[in-house]
Amino acid sequence: MSQEKIITVKNLTKTFGSFTAVNSISFEVNKGEIFGFLGANGAGKTTAMKMLIGISKPTSGEALVAGFDIKMQSEMVKKSIGYMSQKFSMYDDLTIKENITFFGGIYGLSRIQIKQKTVELIRELGLEEVADKLVGALPLGWKQKLSFSVALLHEPKIVFLDEPTGGVDPITRRQFWEMIYAEANKGTTIFVTTHYMDEAEYCDRVSIMVEGKIEALDSPKNLKKQFDVASMNDVFLKLARNIE
Amino acid sequence: MSIIVQNISKSYNNIKAVEDISFTVEEGELFGLIGPDGAGKSTIFRILTTLLLANEGTVSVAGFDVVKEYKSIRNAVGYMPGKFSLYQDLSVEENLTFFATIFGTTIEENYDLIKEIYVQIEPFKKRRAGALSGGMKQKLALCCALIHKPKVLFLDEPTTGVDPVSRKEFWEMLKRLQQKGITILVSTPYMDEAALCDRIALIQKGKILKIDSPKNIISNYDKTIYDIRAKNMHQLILDLKQYPSQYSVFAFGEYIHYIDKKADFNSEELLDYLQNKKHSEIEIHISNPTIEDVFMDLTAIQQ
Repeated sequence: MSQEKIITVKNLTKTFGSFTAVNSISFEVNKGEIFGFLGANGAGKTTAMKMLIGISKPTSGEALVAGFDIKMQSEMVKKSIGYMSQKFSMYDDLTIKENITFFGGIYGLSRIQIKQKTVELIRELGLEEVADKLVGALPLGWKQKLSFSVALLHEPKIVFLDEPTGGVDPITRRQFWEMIYAEANKGTTIFVTTHYMDEAEYCDRVSIMVEGKIEALDSPKNLKKQFDVASMNDVFLKLARNIE
Repeated sequence: MSIIVQNISKSYNNIKAVEDISFTVEEGELFGLIGPDGAGKSTIFRILTTLLLANEGTVSVAGFDVVKEYKSIRNAVGYMPGKFSLYQDLSVEENLTFFATIFGTTIEENYDLIKEIYVQIEPFKKRRAGALSGGMKQKLALCCALIHKPKVLFLDEPTTGVDPVSRKEFWEMLKRLQQKGITILVSTPYMDEAALCDRIALIQKGKILKIDSPKNIISNYDKTIYDIRAKNMHQLILDLKQYPSQYSVFAFGEYIHYIDKKADFNSEELLDYLQNKKHSEIEIHISNPTIEDVFMDLTAIQQ
């Protein structure tokens, strides 16, 4: 793997009043890496992620995402990344094709590009027969696969996935990760959060946040060795339990 | 029997949400409905808690018929819906008092039942429910569902989106409630939680695939699963899928779970094949099946 840094975070901090949600975190993500960003509910993951995608200003500290400063160049950050979350999927009352066209427009693709991408994407996902159906009628797993593909429309350098597989059936969950692997193989960096600890095992490296700080960061293999346990689930339980 | 469900079906605009489902839950049992989003779990909960009428079939809960005696059921059960449904503008204490009053009781009367959970949120009792963290909301919702000392507790996806630590604590809490004699019907999309139930129903697309104890479901599973790993896991998945006698290939944590079609499967041959494909650090050994393996196999057969 190339060691070119695509995300560099230094002492990033966010406070809300007297509450410190993110407490001086520092880490780097390599280009083409699948980076797992884990933590308990309320540990500060979402707050940190919002700063990295340029929609929330840090209280202090700095971060470079795809070469752009998140404070000074947040618009450039947004153009260089893709984002999908479990909650924000697509417009339920637009068809699959309409959603792709809409997001292609938002991402600034030309009409010709949008046309090409639409055909490609629908073929890759095997959605030919339902392309003119409303997104709302699709099963959740399909919505999430589509949503992931749409987040990649503008060929971003990094894609941020916020709990992309929550509630998705086990087979589709695997298919989703195969899509992630394939995209990472093309050189796209994947920054992903999840509550499924088996998915933590699929990441190249994993960070675990506890109460606003990154308490562990390494490959799943090394983390298991470090904490002397058999699974990432046990690593997680050990870390988060000890703090409480 | 605490819950008897017989042949219920429910459709929304010609889409079948639940199709001919039957199961029973014994008194004091912890019974799990296990399945992904869209399996029909919430529809079943809504029918059992008298909030929705089935198109077909009959249901009795705590000895009452869901249609004719719905009022008695509402007094006898506690229900925690998947979506947070308490009053966001009321404080923790006000919410609890409100639900106690609705059921003609007081917090003091049944405090024993909720004490263990309530003490964890008591420091925030003056805080608006809407301003609580996810974990605390969940604890408050559980207290509100328990405040009238229900015979049967319905919990629809209480742990969805909850981190592994809080999920573990929540299940420990459920086990203790069960010991107090409460019958619990709980749904979850997390297959690892299935093992914590007395019996489970595996559900997909509105149909029950299997009902049994987690232990029996696993011991009755007749296929052999192999744990396989190599240095490049993504390439390994692709290559295993090309292996002529492969039955299924799924990423499974640090390993890939592989099932072969042939009864006389020889792992040495597969090892040769993978070595020819230039894989390194290859490991192949027999694995123990999990509920998730069984579920995936059953749903793959259905599709």
